[in-house]
Amino acid sequence: MAEGIKDKVAIIGMGCTKFGERWDMGSEDLIVDAFKECIEDAGIDRKEIQAAWYGSCFDEVNVGKAATPLSIALKLPFLPVTRVENFCATGSEALRGAAYAVASGAYDICLALGCEKLKDTGYGGLPEMANLMGTKNRLIMPGMTAPGGFAMMATRYFAKYGIDPDEGKKIMARVSQKSHANGVKNPKAHLRAEVTEEQILKAPMIAWPLGLFDCCGVSDGAAAAIVCRADMAKNFRPDPVRIKALQIAISSGEEMMYTKWDGSYVETGTRCGARAYEEAGIKNPREEISLMEVHDCFSITELVTYEDLQISPRGKAGDDVRDGFFDLDGKIPCQPDGGLKCFGHPIGASGLRMMYEVYKQIQGKAGDRQIKDPKVGLTHNMGGFPAMNLISVCIAGL
Amino acid sequence: MVGITSYGAYIPRYRMDRSIVYKAMGWLNPATFMRGEKAVANFDEDSVTMGVAAGIDCMTGINRDEIGAVYFATTTSPYKERQVAEIIATAFDLSSDIRTADFGASLKAGTTALLSARDAVKAGSAKNVILCASDCRVGKPGSAQEEIFGDAGASLIIGDSGVIATLEDSCSVSYDFIDHWKGDGQEFDRQWEDRFIRDVGYKKFIPEAISGVLKKCGLETKDVAKVAYPCLYAGDHKVIAKKLGLDPAQVQDPMIDKVGYTGTSNPLLLLVAALEDAKPGDNIVIVSFGNGSDALLFKVTDEIEKIRGNRRGVKKHLDARRELMSYNKAISFRDTLPIEKGIRGEIMATTALSELWRSRKQVLGLCGSKCKSCGTPQFPPQRICVNPDCLAMDQMEDYRFSDKRGALFTYTADNLAYSTNPPAIYGFNNFEGGGRFWFDMTDVDLESVKVDMPVEMSFRRKYVDEEKGIHGYFWKMVPVID
Repeated sequence: MAEGIKDKVAIIGMGCTKFGERWDMGSEDLIVDAFKECIEDAGIDRKEIQAAWYGSCFDEVNVGKAATPLSIALKLPFLPVTRVENFCATGSEALRGAAYAVASGAYDICLALGCEKLKDTGYGGLPEMANLMGTKNRLIMPGMTAPGGFAMMATRYFAKYGIDPDEGKKIMARVSQKSHANGVKNPKAHLRAEVTEEQILKAPMIAWPLGLFDCCGVSDGAAAAIVCRADMAKNFRPDPVRIKALQIAISSGEEMMYTKWDGSYVETGTRCGARAYEEAGIKNPREEISLMEVHDCFSITELVTYEDLQISPRGKAGDDVRDGFFDLDGKIPCQPDGGLKCFGHPIGASGLRMMYEVYKQIQGKAGDRQIKDPKVGLTHNMGGFPAMNLISVCIAGL
Repeated sequence: MVGITSYGAYIPRYRMDRSIVYKAMGWLNPATFMRGEKAVANFDEDSVTMGVAAGIDCMTGINRDEIGAVYFATTTSPYKERQVAEIIATAFDLSSDIRTADFGASLKAGTTALLSARDAVKAGSAKNVILCASDCRVGKPGSAQEEIFGDAGASLIIGDSGVIATLEDSCSVSYDFIDHWKGDGQEFDRQWEDRFIRDVGYKKFIPEAISGVLKKCGLETKDVAKVAYPCLYAGDHKVIAKKLGLDPAQVQDPMIDKVGYTGTSNPLLLLVAALEDAKPGDNIVIVSFGNGSDALLFKVTDEIEKIRGNRRGVKKHLDARRELMSYNKAISFRDTLPIEKGIRGEIMATTALSELWRSRKQVLGLCGSKCKSCGTPQFPPQRICVNPDCLAMDQMEDYRFSDKRGALFTYTADNLAYSTNPPAIYGFNNFEGGGRFWFDMTDVDLESVKVDMPVEMSFRRKYVDEEKGIHGYFWKMVPVID
């Protein structure tokens, strides 16, 4: 039995830019900003970095392929640098590459940095997929977008649990409203405005049943982490955050082509969550997790994720949402930084941004949105569509 | 004897009341006023897709392995060079050892293709020929053509066993009569003066061809149950009947007020309508008009009872109608009105033709695979079985999904995705008998879509790469017509 990476790797420094429509900055600038904060936070000399992982997803939009954009922007001295991409879970892949490299003993100190510059396309939403899905898929896949791909899960969720779409929209609205309230407290967040249920319900429809406020921000930004061997972490700082589990799960095609999956949850998320809990030794997540940053690309995604991660029973997440269980002052605050919804979603950076929040919260440095004495934080980063995706779950604590 | 062994038709669901057209453009030329409604192809339909749809209706209950040739007739092919009959044959999932041909350039191409099919079967060079005729003609805004043109397809199988209507004889008259024409590179039809067309062509060639075929068969007007000929001018349509001594009951309804004038498919569509009501022993004459005229005389056999009611034909398609209320939408569908697609809508990925060749059976034919080990159908075809409890490797056989119905597993209506007819509706089809995949859905609006509703697959145009001149086709979900 493989032993996993629990407690083998620690995060000793992190950085994150302000997310948003950064018309003033290209990827190179965002990379440098995230790196600068990260290296200062870690308190190490940049010469101590031995290898780097760079995550960017829609690289065609801005800086191009390969690891060179990172290496050149940071003038890394001919270091081994790898570029990773795994849809919207790209940022977590960068962290995973760096963490596994350290865990393997190949390196002592590594950099993980994710960056995305989405606002150079000329239109709203993520870059059009027609050019990006391969020569055959473009001939046979529907002309779809991300909100549409996830909206189909809401349709199934409502149908399975007999939820009237109007009622379902109210539950989803409560999910988004909570994240907006948290985003206001976060100076680095893209969207910083409270919204009312009425505003959410009356907003223009993007992909039925998902309206504008069911969708996360499309943003520019970068985030970074320095990871090192856990046994040397306290040489750098008194409060390093250890990685307890870092798992990913990828669709096998079963959800899309076989009729077993019922479409009301995410198969990979369910499996990945269970694996991560096993690696971290968590028996009762509802009691043991202190906070979560989940992949709330859409409100429905966050709702089913509560269930996929065994926090809420199947079909009952709405009850927890209504009870304020995931609010900043709830039992398990979810998206304390505003989440993808309000912090924003620069694809390549998002997984690392989630960890940035967990890291700051555990160190007690989350400012106005600090939650009380968190022990264990979880990030859940998803890429693709519910029917064809990958999910990364990372659990971290002191 | 050679004749028709099967028939089918396709009329698009969208119908537009001509008063909507007139209200929009009648100010320009008040004389264009016409009554009734016309069939309008959806934005993702064209002559190819309507030809496929008519052919699929025609092949209901037919063993596709017995078809030896595919003929396609149209004056509105999306390609100057690329044979549409071949696209259609691939969509039908026919084997490659068949003959294919396109007929065009004249509105009588539908009957010409029919006569050629008869000749091929008679000569023994093909056992069964499936013929599809379809047109999607675009009238210039404000023109009389815009009012009269309707979109539809019709299909026949010509063979020599199980014949439901024998082709007794035919009479063709051919003239370089230029009533209307479309020069290379011209988007719209041009035509000469109506009085000239009517008096020199329409009222002469049609009676000439009808009289000719009756004479060849040794029949008189009274021996014919139905005569079907195009209606270009309502008054003169009646004049022709009178001239020939036809009782109004003998004249097949030209459906000008329900479908419109459908070009090459018109005589065949009227034939299908006539066959739907025909009795064994009936003589039916169909006539085309275009650079002359072909008249064909059919005699209905007892076999007709075997397929009656088994096809959607004209009647069920006429009933399956949705009103299109917006003139601007209709002309946007045909690209007559340039619309703002937005930057997202302008993005067009290159069609890899080598990929399309490799994947033609799955893309054009909607063929997947079925695992011989566990029986699971899957689309697109897989080499390793998608059933997690099976995972058999290279144990697949071909499996056609295009003729399988399914249930709509889930769906959305997407306003962010570009569509000429937004919102873009798409979802998953759980096929009867197994298999699931996601597809665009068409001919519906959000309000009419429900989880688990029955759906079937319809061959549609997926995209047009205008710069490279590529029309891409695939299959979409549509509600089942019962």
